[in-house]
Amino acid sequence: MESRQKNRYEIRLAGMGGQGLILAGIILAEAATIFDGKNAVQSQSYGPESRGGASRAEVIISPEDVEIDYPKVTTPDMLLVMSREAMERYGHELKPDGIIIIDSTYVHKPEKATGKIISIPVTELTKEKFGKTIVANIVALGIIVEITGIVSKDSLEKAVIKRVPRGTEELNKSALELGYFLAREKMNTIN
Amino acid sequence: MKKEYKLLQGNEACVEGALMAGVSFFGGYPITPSTEIAESLASRLPLTGGKFIQMEDEIGSIAAVLGASLTGAKAMTATSGPGFSLMQELIGFACITEIPCVIVNVQRLGPSTGGPTSPAQGDMLQARWGTHGDHNLIALCPTSIEETFYHTIKCFNLAEEYMVPVILLMDEVIGHMRERIKIPDQKELMIINRQQPSMPPEEYLPYRADERGVAVLANFGKGYRYHVTGLIHDETGFPTNDPKETSKLIRRINYKIENAKDKLLDFQKDNTEDAELIIFAYGSTARSALRSAHEAREQGMKVGTFIPKTIWPFPEKAIFELAEKVKTIMVCEMNLGQLVYEVERAVKGKARVELLSKASGELITPKDIMKKVVEVYN
Repeated sequence: MESRQKNRYEIRLAGMGGQGLILAGIILAEAATIFDGKNAVQSQSYGPESRGGASRAEVIISPEDVEIDYPKVTTPDMLLVMSREAMERYGHELKPDGIIIIDSTYVHKPEKATGKIISIPVTELTKEKFGKTIVANIVALGIIVEITGIVSKDSLEKAVIKRVPRGTEELNKSALELGYFLAREKMNTIN
Repeated sequence: MKKEYKLLQGNEACVEGALMAGVSFFGGYPITPSTEIAESLASRLPLTGGKFIQMEDEIGSIAAVLGASLTGAKAMTATSGPGFSLMQELIGFACITEIPCVIVNVQRLGPSTGGPTSPAQGDMLQARWGTHGDHNLIALCPTSIEETFYHTIKCFNLAEEYMVPVILLMDEVIGHMRERIKIPDQKELMIINRQQPSMPPEEYLPYRADERGVAVLANFGKGYRYHVTGLIHDETGFPTNDPKETSKLIRRINYKIENAKDKLLDFQKDNTEDAELIIFAYGSTARSALRSAHEAREQGMKVGTFIPKTIWPFPEKAIFELAEKVKTIMVCEMNLGQLVYEVERAVKGKARVELLSKASGELITPKDIMKKVVEVYN
């Protein structure tokens, strides 16, 4: 990695309101700052609707002693897309060696994407395993961290437990495990 | 004990700062993008013995805040553009009656309902001139989550010290983004409380100002009876038509801030020593400016930054001094040009003033700034 990238790892999570992407962004940023001792900024963009509109969360992670000036993502190192609209809007904005994780439940033809494409039906497989889609965001976090290693799994788990409602800890831990598993399985087939 | 980092939103950091400063009353009407401030204080204030009240609208909110403040409470409200517009008349009332309060405006795109979830810096001049008549007040503008915490404390301190409304001008980006922060112990901070009269009630005149020109208002309910009115009043607090008393009051409530200017001003200058071009930016836009200035230096352009943290009073002397040394001052703001007028006034023709404005509901990016820098550098 170049020094600039090492000093500033940019993550964009894009999809629809209601998918829990902003929460996923907060969890990732807390895993980085509180539990991994790094520096991070998390921000979001969303419409006036609480569900259905375009929703986007961004996280920038830097080493502990590096200040983050501009708080928004310019060209992501890692992009998660969970809707067709997000794919069309952000699919082409990625670093040359960037990684794009596509939830193929929503996006079937990633023809406009650049970078390394990892396509997994995240929401569909979440529903298959848990009978509901509510933890698809946590499954996606598991995939992201298994692939990028941008925060430690231990920190990610602590950050998830800190933020999810009491009584859902086990469900969310299983969701992370599913994410790790799906990512490993995918990487094996690619390699 | 080693303090641990927390990851807080700007709005949450504002709440932590307010509680640290000793806020004991919040009256408000929730509005995006400031809602988290009301939400959080609604659950936190009762735990500290404070009061939270959701009023019928923003006019009621600021009225409740001023009433609470008269009893000695450290009182605040939080709003955004539409609510800030409704509060203007009573901000003037607070100026002339010298009732301290903190008003947080997390700016969104206007006018009117505008863009509730979109950032903007469109209320910069309204903060200074939104209410009618000659008045003066203080406004601060944070560029980070940590600064939001410390600025909020400072707002309360200045309000109590100068008996004046103090406005915290945040924007949607600062309000909603999250950054790490270490919350200090209260004993590490300077907290200013309101001065109280030293004489017995029968000798007390509420608007006989101290040597700084600041009224000493006794907390209501402590045995000091006095009259509070938005009409021109003399030292007793009762209305007067006397031209001498009128002029005395108007001048005093303005000059008590003007005369304290050197103490109030806070700004950050980076790489200005050899600079040919200075980027003037504030709030979230300042973050983009810092990045662009860094990139411009890498490309061999002598670019520095000037970031005002106190917006009102305006740091005109510091800007004039810079203008004498540089070719260009480039103002970047998320509006069609507001503080650029103040900069032009301060520069007095000593440097070229350029404006980069954006009013699309998006943050000005380092790329936007670089493009303009390259355009105007020579």
